[in-house]
Order: sequence, then structure tokens, then C-alpha cells
Amino acid sequence: MPGRDRIHPYIPNSVPEVKARMLAEIGVADVDELYDDIPEELRFKGKLNIPEGITSEMELIRHVEDVLSANQTCGERISFLGSGCYRHYVPAICEEIIGRAEFLTAYAGEPYEDHGRFQALFEYQSLMGELLETDVVNVPTYDWGQAASTSIRMAGRITGRNVILVADTISRDRLRVIRTYCEPVMEIVLVKHVSGTAALDLNDLQTQLNDSVAGLYLENPSYFGTVEERGQAIADALQNNGSIFIVGVDPISLGVLKPPSQYGADISCGDIQNLGNHMYFGGALGGFIATRDEEKYVMEYPSRLFGITKTEREGEWGFGDVAYERTSFAVREQGKEFVGTAAALYGISAAVYLSLLGPEGMRELNQNIIQKSQYAIKRLSGFEGIAVRFDAFHFKEFVVDISKTGRSVGEINGALLQEGIYGGKDLGDDFEDLKGCALYSVTEMTSRQDIDRLVDVLGTLLS
Amino acid sequence: MKIQKGSRLRNFHQAKWDEEVIFELSTPGERGIHMPEVEREIFDSVGDGLSKIPAAMRRETSLGLPEVGQMRVLKHFLRLSQQNLGADLNIDIGQGTCTIKYNPKINEKIAGSPKARAIHPHQDVSTVQGALRVMHELELFLREISGMDRFSLQPSSGSHAILTMAAIMHKYHESRGQAHTRDELITTMFSHPSDAAAAAVKGYKIITIYPDEQGFPDLEALKAALSERTAGLFITNPEDIGIFNPKIAEFTRIVHEAGGICGYDQANANGIMGITRAREADFDLCFFNLHKTFAAPHGCGGPGGGALGATKEMADFLPVPLVGRDGDRYFLDFDVPHTIGKVRSFWGPFPVILKSWSWILSMGAEGLKEAARIAVLNNNYLLKKITEIDGATSPYTGGKHRIEQVRYSWQKLYEETGVDTHDVTLRLADFGFHLWQSHHPFVVPQPFTIEPTESYSKEELDEYLDGLRHVVQEARTEPETVKRAPHNSVVHKIDDSPLDDPEKWAITWRAFIKKRGEAAAKIRG
Amino acid sequence: MKTVGLIVNPIAGMGGAVGLKGTDGVEILERAEQLGATPKAKARAQQAVTALLASHDNVELLTYGGDMGESSAIACRRQPQVIGSGGAPRTTPEDTVEAARRMAERGVDLLLFAGGDGTARDICGAIGTSTTALGIPAGVKIHSAVFASSPSAAGQVAASFLSGAIARVKDAEVMDIDEEDYRRQVLSARLFGYLQIPDARRLLQGPKAGSALHDRAVQAAIAAGIGECMTDDRCYIVGPGTTLQPLMELLGLDNSLLGVDVVRAGELIARDASEREILEKTTDIPCALILTPVGGQGFVLGRGNQQISPEVIRRVGKQNIIIAATPEKLTTLRGKPLLVDTGDAETDAHLCGYYRIVTGYRDAAIYRVSSY
Repeated sequence: MPGRDRIHPYIPNSVPEVKARMLAEIGVADVDELYDDIPEELRFKGKLNIPEGITSEMELIRHVEDVLSANQTCGERISFLGSGCYRHYVPAICEEIIGRAEFLTAYAGEPYEDHGRFQALFEYQSLMGELLETDVVNVPTYDWGQAASTSIRMAGRITGRNVILVADTISRDRLRVIRTYCEPVMEIVLVKHVSGTAALDLNDLQTQLNDSVAGLYLENPSYFGTVEERGQAIADALQNNGSIFIVGVDPISLGVLKPPSQYGADISCGDIQNLGNHMYFGGALGGFIATRDEEKYVMEYPSRLFGITKTEREGEWGFGDVAYERTSFAVREQGKEFVGTAAALYGISAAVYLSLLGPEGMRELNQNIIQKSQYAIKRLSGFEGIAVRFDAFHFKEFVVDISKTGRSVGEINGALLQEGIYGGKDLGDDFEDLKGCALYSVTEMTSRQDIDRLVDVLGTLLS
Repeated sequence: MKIQKGSRLRNFHQAKWDEEVIFELSTPGERGIHMPEVEREIFDSVGDGLSKIPAAMRRETSLGLPEVGQMRVLKHFLRLSQQNLGADLNIDIGQGTCTIKYNPKINEKIAGSPKARAIHPHQDVSTVQGALRVMHELELFLREISGMDRFSLQPSSGSHAILTMAAIMHKYHESRGQAHTRDELITTMFSHPSDAAAAAVKGYKIITIYPDEQGFPDLEALKAALSERTAGLFITNPEDIGIFNPKIAEFTRIVHEAGGICGYDQANANGIMGITRAREADFDLCFFNLHKTFAAPHGCGGPGGGALGATKEMADFLPVPLVGRDGDRYFLDFDVPHTIGKVRSFWGPFPVILKSWSWILSMGAEGLKEAARIAVLNNNYLLKKITEIDGATSPYTGGKHRIEQVRYSWQKLYEETGVDTHDVTLRLADFGFHLWQSHHPFVVPQPFTIEPTESYSKEELDEYLDGLRHVVQEARTEPETVKRAPHNSVVHKIDDSPLDDPEKWAITWRAFIKKRGEAAAKIRG
Repeated sequence: MKTVGLIVNPIAGMGGAVGLKGTDGVEILERAEQLGATPKAKARAQQAVTALLASHDNVELLTYGGDMGESSAIACRRQPQVIGSGGAPRTTPEDTVEAARRMAERGVDLLLFAGGDGTARDICGAIGTSTTALGIPAGVKIHSAVFASSPSAAGQVAASFLSGAIARVKDAEVMDIDEEDYRRQVLSARLFGYLQIPDARRLLQGPKAGSALHDRAVQAAIAAGIGECMTDDRCYIVGPGTTLQPLMELLGLDNSLLGVDVVRAGELIARDASEREILEKTTDIPCALILTPVGGQGFVLGRGNQQISPEVIRRVGKQNIIIAATPEKLTTLRGKPLLVDTGDAETDAHLCGYYRIVTGYRDAAIYRVSSY
């Protein structure tokens, strides 16, 4: 076949003359000799069943575009999906910056040649610190589930206790991540919510508290979009028990909502996907963990923490790892977890995002989202047979109950799909008491027409 | 020291902007971007929205984000990017064990498509068939490369895949009623430190096998470690020093005999694609780092991907969902009998998966093998050349070939000149090169690890060699030049003393101001 | 401006070149001189000071007169502040002790000394861990862990410490070997004490694998790991070494650091015990022996813990020996085995093999023990 012998554009030293020169330098006749440590019986003798390479870039992108064209995006349709992955607007500059080769293809350089990375991530920490009102924020970890898991393990180490209470208004997807990471070292016990409001059941909390409880993990807004008002009371109860209060929070809500640290949270955590990162099929997540600046907390972070300092030259900022050599206060968990490649690039994007929006942009954005969710709730509540569950303030998500219509969520969503609408996520499989309910989400990207169209189509379907 | 005539070294100088911290750029009233206001009808229907926020949950403190005009924000972050040395711009072979290879731009373009980025994980599967096909095909490719039977693409990095292996191992022993008795995980000193650290997260007791005097993991030591308490073995091969363990099949055999599970850390697979596989070495689990061997970019430290493979028997324990195929239809398969559950929200780091899939498509079976062979050729070429430098040595297995990387030592140079790895590293930065030490603890004294991959031309490797030679010569003639480096970098010697002091460290700008005062928070003017 | 004390033991190292093992004692020294030995320490100190000044010039040197330091400084074109002088014609250990004490009193930032184990012992006796010190290797016997790898390395480490590039210090062992025995091919080292030295391990930025644990945290973890397995129906013979100190602290026991302690049911029943005491206290109960490698060469038995005799070992039984070491300590062996040298070849042979070394809490290494 013609072109078979072409040198692959990604492998320059395949050129026979170059190869020969290098082999001669090494003093071997063939590359095979370099593998002489690999015993014969371990050699793979067959041919990999992988198609012949599409070495022409033009042909490659043609093929890839063809494959991807089978996707129908949220931009091409109307989407009310959220549940931890959100379609917020991504400013042009976010894409510009994280597309820069200097950031995109860097990894673990020194603070000298990679000064920009250290500074950008320090700024990320600092901007998040403003949002969260905390003095310590880590370099991003994998996702919210990981951030929550590590927060829980930190609480275990700090208190020397091994039971963690989890408010049951949490995404089941995330709860499974937490279980995989924390069990069997930590025992996870769910705390009930008040059925009418989705607020934490304080009585149940009290009955669960004892001296083996390391802390409580609560999400606010909850998975159902409801806002917990009694944060301070919860914090007080935990403090009296010597337990740590961990709050999972949607950071984009903090333009107008009170950050967890202001109602007594010891650790805040959550996801930064929605701060300047696209949805990517749920693949562009990044977790944050934030605490106050106490040695006992800082020493338990497994993550990298970049700090600011100066250099020997006047007029230069310098950056580096804070407390690189950490002393765990809990010798019983000597390893203190691990750190490695996680989600730094999304942190840089979040830094750009927060720098662009500033305090006013965050306020405007929050107002927009809150107004739209209230509008959507109001319009949907007007239907016979449809109810919006939980009497509480909602930020951007809410539970739509269609169980009284006699139709299943699957059925309705199937019909909505026919009309080009992605209906809310079915909650029935995950929550026994939410059969016939779906979790709807609106953002600033949802237009009034989108909401009206949903209402119209539902009206037709249910009439 | 001046660059000598005939040297390939560049008269490099990194961009230096003395850029402020973003907060220094704030001017009250400036705006970076406007967010839309709601339509009139919505306002008329629900009012301002904000007044409904419960009093206890209203933000009381003003939001201390900076106020900066759009162009200035852009300029700020562009300058920061210029003060960063990405692999695209340098000969990034000095970050051994990390496989810094070429990340083709076409894959970035592909990942930038709305068809990839504007899809939601909970969309009906009929609307994401393209994405699921990508995931399924990548799984098929990785099955071939490893010989494993099923893959989960959910883990987000190599360390995360190790954690997943530990969770699977735990669940496996639990399913046989042995979760409590089998609580010891064995690994080796030259496996990645995460093999121990991530397994410890699941409560395992860690037993580390130290290398023998040739640098190979000690088989006799492994025999001494095995018992009815053994849960399994996690081992990197080739190990982080570039040596392939020829007795690896013997390792898995005796671990299996003891009732343990064998997990293959294939983070260092770049030199063995198509040459040797987890299957032939009889492993139960193995993982690849998509951001290393499979050419997705490192992004300053993520996103990454840690695709995890399992044999048929172990596949029943993989996290959910897997991606299934039924005729022409792809679907998310939650029906995994003994699944450990989940290790990450949703389905996996899709942009990374997409880039690796596209890269393999471009390489094909032959291209993958050629990449491995050239990576090994490049490495052994450098091994020959670097050990000719007076001051550099390659401890262990003298005279033998290595696979895709080598852990070298500057101990001789240090003893003769007082210049250590750290000094060399900072001086190399002056020529646009990056060199990193290695993982703690340092079994090799004054270590540095070089992994050239297949991506760099011989000319480039020679340029890097010129850099090493130049610095070594300086160490012998004018050591203070090396010890005072960097000279051409973004910043000069960093005062890192506050970074270890709880009274002085500052992890955020607000903490810095609290500890050092407003006056210190202005770098210029 | 930093101040550095410099003490040179001018006669250190003279025995080595002529096949004598050390120069402790006037007769030996005279024998060495008759055999044609020449002083080396002065030149070695000069090498170190040269390296120091090349990297860190802003230093004031404090010395004793003549060959005890002054002449080495002057050879580097640096006039030192001379604060005393040794007894003529020969320098004695008492001079070293006095010089070290005075320099510590004056608050030197670092005390550099050129010599061997005997010199280190004298310095240690004088200043303990009150002042940071560092040895320039110039003696015949270098079993202590307080010496840099070479004279110029000593200068480099000193410069880094003074400039702040090395911010940490650590306690390092001072070993003392009886020269008489040494010359008779018998090694009878004991752990004399500890000096505080700069911790030259450099922690680079940009780690991939997360934070390293501080040495003390690792030792505490080792203590937790061993402590958890201790039972009241056994007697524990605890050998010397800082690695085991946190264990004794965890048990709330006053320990002898340099000696062997015996613990039973949470009580200290013998402190700094002799071989006979160990044997007496353990007649009626199963025993375990907790050891840690002492000094730089990886000896777990026979250096610094000779009280743990072959007979004690027989009573304990090989399977009841618990060895603890930080990973850092194991890695410095560079693949060489841990060593035993009990003085009884049969016992040594019996003790050889692979051991599970406690390296932390729920953390162990498999490592080989071999006879010396």
C-alpha cells in the first residue's frame, strides 16, 4: 500500500538513517536487542487488533467529526439537566487561557520555569478563598466526590474518630464515590431530612451524635436544590460534640448566598466545573477543599497548597509548596492519602472566570439564576398533577413531582425528548420516597422561551 | 560561562513580566464581563428574586473578588502563561516517569468541538451515541494493548486507578469471606509511591520490597513477605528506574499461590506497547495513564485519566457504569454483579478519553509499536551519552539496557564539586530545560530521571545533552554560577522560609494580607 | 554576618595512613609519627573552609590558635578571631572540649570540626545538641553519622545551612569505638550520644507524589505500629537509638536512649541494663527484642548494643526480634543488607535472613539481614 513507509509525524527518529546512527552509538544492531531483559515467554507474539493508523490529520478529523456527529448537544436541544454537572456560560477568555500551550502541556516544573502555573493556581486558591471566606484552599482534586471524601478523611484524622454522618439529601452518585473512598476505615451513617422541606432533621442528628462521630457532611444547597437555613444550629450541635462540620457547596451560588464558613463550617468542599468549564459529558470536574488557616487542618491536607512569598530580588513575587513536609497529627493514617495529576487546568479556568466576573458579575449571575428558577417553579406549579417538592428556598435546582399524573418520569422524559427537550433526571431509582420525581435545573443559559416551551409541551402531554 | 562554539544550546531567556497578583490590579467599578439580566416577563413574574433568600443565608460579607477590566484580565493570564514552560515549547525529557510526549494539537481541536463539550452525562443515551462509541472503542484498544478483558475509564489518574484496584481487591476478598484476614498489600520500592499510599487509603497494611543490589525487586524478599494475610501485590513494571523485571511472571505466580491479587501499574507502558502485556505476565488488574502513554496533555497537573483493566473474573468488580454495545447501539451498563460502586462522579474524564482515543486512531497498531521502540531507542541513546558525562552515573545493572527511562545520579558530581541535583535543575532552567529530581525517599543519591519518549528528534536530544554537559562543566569551573541559578528565568532565588512556618505561610491572598499587612501586598509602585 | 566555629583536631587521621586505627593516646600518636605519618586534618579543614567561603562569603570564623583552626583559616586567606589556644605541644581532648564549649557560649551559628569519631565524641560531650555542628571527615574512624561525605561537601552543606537554603536540622548519632579493641580486630562500638547537624536532604518543589512525612512523624508512626502489638504477657527488651524513643514516650516510660531498657506490662523494669540484668529480668517470661539500626552502616546488633549478647538473643528467639527503621534510614544503605555482629559466628549465621522491618504504622519493609 502506498504511504506505508512514511515516517509518522509524531515519531521523528523513525527515519532509518537517524535510527541507524543512534543504534551505532549504543552499539547494538537492532532495537530488539534493547529489549533483551524481557523474557521470551512474556513477549506478545500476535498483532494488536487495532485499525491501521489514520496518519493524515485531515482524514483523522473527518472520521472523528463523523463519530461525534451522533451526539445531540444541550446547545442543539433544550436541557434541564443538572445533578452536579451544569451548563453555565463559559467566557471566551477562559477557553483562550487554558488552551495556551504553556499551561496545557506543562506538568510539574519548578517554581522557576513554571512560575506562571504556581501563580495562576495561587490566584485560583485566593479567589476561591474570597468566595468561600476561607484562608486555605487546595489545588483542585478530581471532583466534588473526591473533595468530600478527603474532607471526611481529614475530619477522621483531626478528631481521631471514625464515624461520619452524611445528610441524606446528597447525590447518590457522590455518596457511592464517598463510600468507595472512605470505607472500611470510616463508617458512614446517613442522617434523615425533614420530609416537607428537605432540611436536616435536627432530632435525628442529635440522636446520632456520640463520641465516635468525627463529623457531619451536609450539602447546601442540597442535591434537591433546597437551601438549608439552620446551618449555625447544626454547627453548634457538632461543636458541642467535638465533631467537624463539613459543607459541600455549589461555589457559583456564593455571589449572594452565605458561604459555609460564615455559618460554622470547618471544612467547605465542592466542584469547580461550573466556574468556567464546559460539561464534557460530566468529564471536566474539579474538586476544592477549603478550611481556616490552622496548622492542625493544613497538615492534614493531602493536596498541594501553593503559597506566596518573595524572592531575593526586590519587586518579584515567588511561589512554592506550603508545608511540603507535613506532619500528620494522626499517626494511625500515616500515608495521608495521595496526590498526583488531578484537575489543575480547570482551576486555572476557574481563576480566570472569577477574575472576569468579579463581585458584580457574580451577583448578577446569581440573581439571574434565582429569578429563573423561581419563574420555572412558579410556572410548573401551576399545573394540575404537578408539584414542586420541598417548601424551601431553591437556588437553581428543584424536584418536580409528576407522580399524581399517573405517568412515569421515563415516559414523560421520552416524550419531551421527542420535542427536543432533555427533561430532569429521574430520582426514583435513587430515592425511595421520590418515585415519580425528577430533578430539574436552570442556569443563566436557560432562556424564558426554554422554560415556556417546557411548560407548553408538558401541558400538551398531560392534558 | 559562555555557551561554547558548536554547542546547540540557546541563548534563552524566559519571558519576565514581574506580573502582579490579580488582586493588585483591582480598580473599584471596573468590569470584566456582564452577566445577562433576565427577560422582562420573568422580572414581572417573580420580582428581583434575591429578596426571597432566607435572612440566615444571605451573604453578609462583601465579595472580595477583584474588579478588573476584560483586556487586563486577559493580559494578566496571558503573561502568566508566558511565564510558564510547557512541553510544547521545550524538550521536556527531564520529567522522567511522567512520559511528557507530544500532545497533538488536532486532538485539542477535536475536544473543542461543541459535540464533545456541550453534552450532559444524564442525556438519554440515544443522544450521546458518539461519546459512548468513543469510550467503547478506547476500551477495545486498551484491551488489545494489555490483554485484559474489560476496562473502566472512570478513574481520573494513575493514583486514582490504584485506589480503584485496592477497592476491587478488598471487594474480591470480601466476596470470599477473607476481607478481614487478608489485610496486607505488597509493593516495591521502585513502584510509584502511590501504589502504597492509595492502597493505604483502603486500610491496607503496606509491605515494601526493597531492591536487591542490582536494582531488581528481590524475589526472595517477596517470598518472605507472602502469607495468608496477603491481599495482593501492586507493582510497577518497568519500574520507575527503567528496569524491566524479568521475573515478573514468577512474582505473579507465587502471589497467586498465596491467594493474592496482582495489580500491574502500567504507568510506564510507553516502551512496551505491543511488546509485552499484563496478560502474558498473568496479572488480574492493570491500568494505563491516558495523560502519559496515550498522549493527553498534563494540563499543569490534570485532568488526567487512569484507565483500569481487569480479567474476566475481576471485571465483575469494576466500578459502574461500563460502556456496553448491543448491535449498533451503545449503552451505559450498570449491571456489574459485584461492583465496588463508583470512584468518580458520572462516567469518566471524557475530554481526556477523547484525546487518547484519537491519538490511538492516528497511530494504529504499527504506530503504537513503533512509538514504543523509538522511545526505547531514544532512552538507550541518552543512557550511553549521559553516562559518558563525568559526574553522572546510572546506578544498578551496569551495562544493561533500560526500557523507557533511567534514574541517574549526580552523586559523583556532588562529591567532587558540591553542586547537587537541585542546583543543576535550576541552572538548566536558564537554557529552557526542565529537570526534576525523583520521588522521595531517594534510594538513588542525588537522583534525576530522564524519559525521552518517542517525540523528540535526535537533534533535540543532543541539544539537551549539550545542556547537561555545559552545566557539569560550569560546576567544575565556576560552581557559583550554577549554585546561584537561575539567571535567565522568571524569578530569582525564592525565599521559601515562610512556606514552612504556620505564622508566615500564606495560601491565599487574604491570608497574606492578614499576616503581612496591606503594605507588603504591593510588589511595585 | 554569620559566625562559624572551627575546631581542628590536628592529629586526627594520622594513624590511618600507617595502618594504625586511630590516634587516641599519646603513645599511639608517637608510634604514628615514627612510622612517618603526617597531619591531614589541617588540609582537610582548609578544603572545607575554601568550599564554604566560595559559596557563602559573609562569615566570621572563630578558632583556637595554631593548628587547632587558626592556620587552616589563614590558609584560606581569612583572619579568624582566635578565642583561645590548646596546650602545647600536643592538643588534647580537653582542649577540644573547652574550645567547643566556648564557641557554643558565644552562640556560633555553626560549629565545624575536623576529626574522627573521637573528636565527635569530645564535641558531643561538650555541647550535646545545644548548637548545630557538622563534622569534616579527617579521622581514621568514621562510624558516626555527624560527618559530611567529604571535606568540600562539609563546606557546601555549611554554606547552604548558613544561607538558609537548608532550614532543617536533625539529630545524628555519635559512635564511639574502642581503639584498643579495634586494633585487635574487635569492633565494640557504642552509641555515645547525638549531635545536632544540618539536615542536608533537599526537598524539591514540584513533587508528584504528595507530601513527605517529617522524620519525627515517621518515628511516631513506628511507635504506634509497635505499641499496638505489645502485650502484657511478654517482656520487651528495647535497644538504643532515637528511632525507638517515641515508642518509649508513647508507653510513658523514661528511657535511656543510649542504653538497653526492659519493659514488662507497661512498666520499666530495667533501665540502661547490662547483659546480666537483662538475663535476670527475663527468666520467667517470653521475650521480644526491639532493635533499630545504629550508625551509618546498618548494624542492628553488635554496635552500640553489645549488652544484647548471644545468650540474650537465644533466650528471645529469632522469631521474636522486631526491627524498626525509617524508610530514610533503609534507603541510605543503598541495597546493602542490615548487619549483625554479635561476636558469635553461629549466632550471627542463625540471625541471617529476611525480616519484616517496621517502617511506620501499618507499614513495613522486607529487608535482608546479614552477618558482618
